[in-house]
Amino acid sequence: MLSYLIRRLLLMALTLFGVSIAIFLLLRIVPGNIADILFDSAGLIDPAEKAKIVADLGLDLPLYKQYTQWIGGLLQGDLGYSYVSEKPVLEEIAPRIPITAKIALLALIFSVIAGVPLGVISAVRQNTPLDYLLRVTSLSGLSMPSFWLGLLILMAFVHYLGTIPIYDREPATFMAGFTMLAVPAAAVGFRSSALIMRLTRSSMLEVLRQDFVRTARSKGLSEGAVTYNHALRNALLPVITTIGIEVAFLFGGLIVTETVFNIPGVARFLVEAIRWRDYPMVQNLVMFTATIVVVVNLIVDLIYMVIDPRIRYSE
Amino acid sequence: MAPVLEVSGLSTVFHTRRGLVRAVQDVSFTVNAGETLAIVGESGCGKTITALSLLRLVPMPPGEITSGSVKVDGTDLLKLSDSEMREMRGSKIAMIFQEPMTALNPLLTVGKQIQEMVVLHDKCSQEVARKRAVEMLHHVRIPEPERRSREYPHQLSGGMRQRAMIAMALACRPKVLVADEPTTALDVTIQAQILDLIGDLQREFGTAVVLITHDLGVVAETAKRVCVMYAGRKVEEAPVEEIFGRPLHPYMQGLMNSIPRVGSARGLDVAPDERLQEISGIVPPLNDLPPGCAFEPRCTRADARCKTQRPELAMKAPDHIAACWQA
Amino acid sequence: MSTTVSQDRPTKPSFFNEVFYLARRYPLGVAGAIIMTTFVLCALFANFVAPLDPFSTNARASLARPSETHLLGADMMGRDVLSRIIHGARISLAVAVGATIMGSGLGAALGLASGYLGGWFDLIIQRVSEVMQSLPLLVMALVITASLGPSLRNTIIAIAIPLVPTVARVIRSNVLSLREMPFVEAAKATGMSEFRIAVVHVLPNTLAPLIVLATAQLGSTILTEASLSFLGLGVPEPYPSWGRMLSESAAEYVRTAPWLVIFPGLAISLVVFGSNLMGDALRDALDPRQRD
Repeated sequence: MLSYLIRRLLLMALTLFGVSIAIFLLLRIVPGNIADILFDSAGLIDPAEKAKIVADLGLDLPLYKQYTQWIGGLLQGDLGYSYVSEKPVLEEIAPRIPITAKIALLALIFSVIAGVPLGVISAVRQNTPLDYLLRVTSLSGLSMPSFWLGLLILMAFVHYLGTIPIYDREPATFMAGFTMLAVPAAAVGFRSSALIMRLTRSSMLEVLRQDFVRTARSKGLSEGAVTYNHALRNALLPVITTIGIEVAFLFGGLIVTETVFNIPGVARFLVEAIRWRDYPMVQNLVMFTATIVVVVNLIVDLIYMVIDPRIRYSE
Repeated sequence: MAPVLEVSGLSTVFHTRRGLVRAVQDVSFTVNAGETLAIVGESGCGKTITALSLLRLVPMPPGEITSGSVKVDGTDLLKLSDSEMREMRGSKIAMIFQEPMTALNPLLTVGKQIQEMVVLHDKCSQEVARKRAVEMLHHVRIPEPERRSREYPHQLSGGMRQRAMIAMALACRPKVLVADEPTTALDVTIQAQILDLIGDLQREFGTAVVLITHDLGVVAETAKRVCVMYAGRKVEEAPVEEIFGRPLHPYMQGLMNSIPRVGSARGLDVAPDERLQEISGIVPPLNDLPPGCAFEPRCTRADARCKTQRPELAMKAPDHIAACWQA
Repeated sequence: MSTTVSQDRPTKPSFFNEVFYLARRYPLGVAGAIIMTTFVLCALFANFVAPLDPFSTNARASLARPSETHLLGADMMGRDVLSRIIHGARISLAVAVGATIMGSGLGAALGLASGYLGGWFDLIIQRVSEVMQSLPLLVMALVITASLGPSLRNTIIAIAIPLVPTVARVIRSNVLSLREMPFVEAAKATGMSEFRIAVVHVLPNTLAPLIVLATAQLGSTILTEASLSFLGLGVPEPYPSWGRMLSESAAEYVRTAPWLVIFPGLAISLVVFGSNLMGDALRDALDPRQRD
């Protein structure tokens, strides 16, 4: 187990290293750097001024030097400075992370609580009208752009409650604070719950075809016991693995949802940083995202290893 | 001795897009306590569906038991409600399956899988059931039963898994045990052990055993009576020595002839350098059966009547029935 | 074999029987196919189908409610929403088809080569795939489109590239199992070159899962394009994009002109829905275990 862990951690480091190089180069493909943009947008025309900015930002150094500077700093906790606000990147990102994290967590919880039971029902009542209804609903959940769902929710709020849910740093009551997070979480989580519902359904159908389900019935167990004690356990294994992959999708959904609901989270911040060509910010944010995805996948794999006795006790 | 299992006129069909498949037609047999009835036939003859029908485990959307009765100790299982039937399963009639690896839940310990059945039918506490489960594992001659009960199916060998399944099936001392090809997936040496085990437990508990198999060697070792099925129908039934010594139905004769033998045995002489005998042709599709005898296309002794008129089961010799115009 | 008439004659499948059988068995798939066909026809014949010119502005009709002249209303510049939606189908189709073909094609080629050749080539492709898959799809598309600059072509590229590792991985595992099959060995024994074997024998057998995969990706490419355009980093003016139509109207007009929010989003959802229905039906139809 330990050697596996070490191997995975090394692979993780390698992957993240690859990501850092990729993002670094990708941002610098197009010629014309931040200095030009900042320069032109500020309306300055003196070349000396421009040269000074370039030197200040270290843009005159050869590429590999810029890269090592960044990575070296990263490993020591210094993420560099934002081009736009000139504040340390860490200072900009840090307060935004908990906001996004809370919404993401809520969305994940919502999608599991909604997705799994509905998937089981859909499988057990295969081909009944209820099954078709659930399948069509989940399919539409997967087909709707999550930002459109967010806009529709916004519209509903305006129409029925007369207000737009505005993000408040200090919510008045717990309920207000919860709603403020729950609404965007629902918008983002709807798609994930549809995915989990479909996966649970197909996994259950697969498991219900297996021999041991017939054996369980032959022992005289009730359908409920067969479904929940026997089939569901087995069916959930692939679902757990998928949750790891879902986290990646979730981030994409968060980007647009935070934009729609005007929430100052880290996902929306990425888009803003991209728009303003704030390279240090973009680089670090992308690294952050990749790290989260990779770490979550590792955790999910470890959980899977512990849960499945075939792997835990492999002879 | 009163029969423990009385099957009468059992018919099971499947509704498929290729038409109505008559998997089991008008099958009847009885088994007494402590006896073994073997049902033999090749793949597709309906023996497995017969077995599943006894426990009403046939998937009901495409399948349907259309007629007949299955009486265990006088109670007709086919007339019971779903919940009443569930009470019967495991407590009065149980089944063991062919492939023990896939027939056991990989995520539950072996002990737990036996335990849940005991709790369900005997309504005792988990602790009592756990002890019973370990006891049963000991009974089926699994060494270190306490440790094994806490292990998962994949940690046991094939033979041990089959023993565990037997332990599970007999944990509540059912009156009838249906065994669907219990040794087919096992090594020959393990086969013998498992058959011995079933025999010993049968003697101890007085269980009636319905043994489904296509292996005549297994039949010879374990059965008291033999029932031969072909294309969904029973075509011959007799005590084991009688049917092996004097098979009447051409299909059974063909089966006996096709057993490769070195030297001669059992009264059917086969010279050492003769070709292996086979039954030519294949089983007819069960949704397109001919009006006459189903075996007629492959039969060497068939005549015109066999083609148009289906022979009924008739007593051709003492305690020996067969469905054949030529017998 | 006997030739007498029996009671339960099985139905012999003729061509029409098969077609009706398919329609009855996969009604949802047929519904999806109908939606997709409508979408494609709208895209191809937009100029004929659209009632008005999608680009012409009309100050007097600004924010007009749905009416006879503007069936789905008009936007803040007086442009007809229905016509813009119909023309937007072109963009969505172009991006979806372009990105899917490019991404799946490249992915399949890499997967095929990676699985078949193995060795260090395979190792490198795998590591690079892992790097790419550690980023969410939208993030990768965003970064690519940001670095290349917003244009129709760049949007297609930005959406195609994240597809590559997913497709490559699936094709690769397919190829790995196919490679061990006896018919490949037989081909080698006849002296066929590796390349010919790969193309003539292995590739056709990966086609079915590839088609299913590509159809599944179609929906996600449309959604990604919509998201990119919504964020302002996708398809630029003057091309009408459903996603951008939603971003232009988002905050200010939610209250006053809901039709600007409802209809473009509905268009996106319907098309993706149709493509998913078709994809599902296709997957069920090609899954050998579903056959009787």
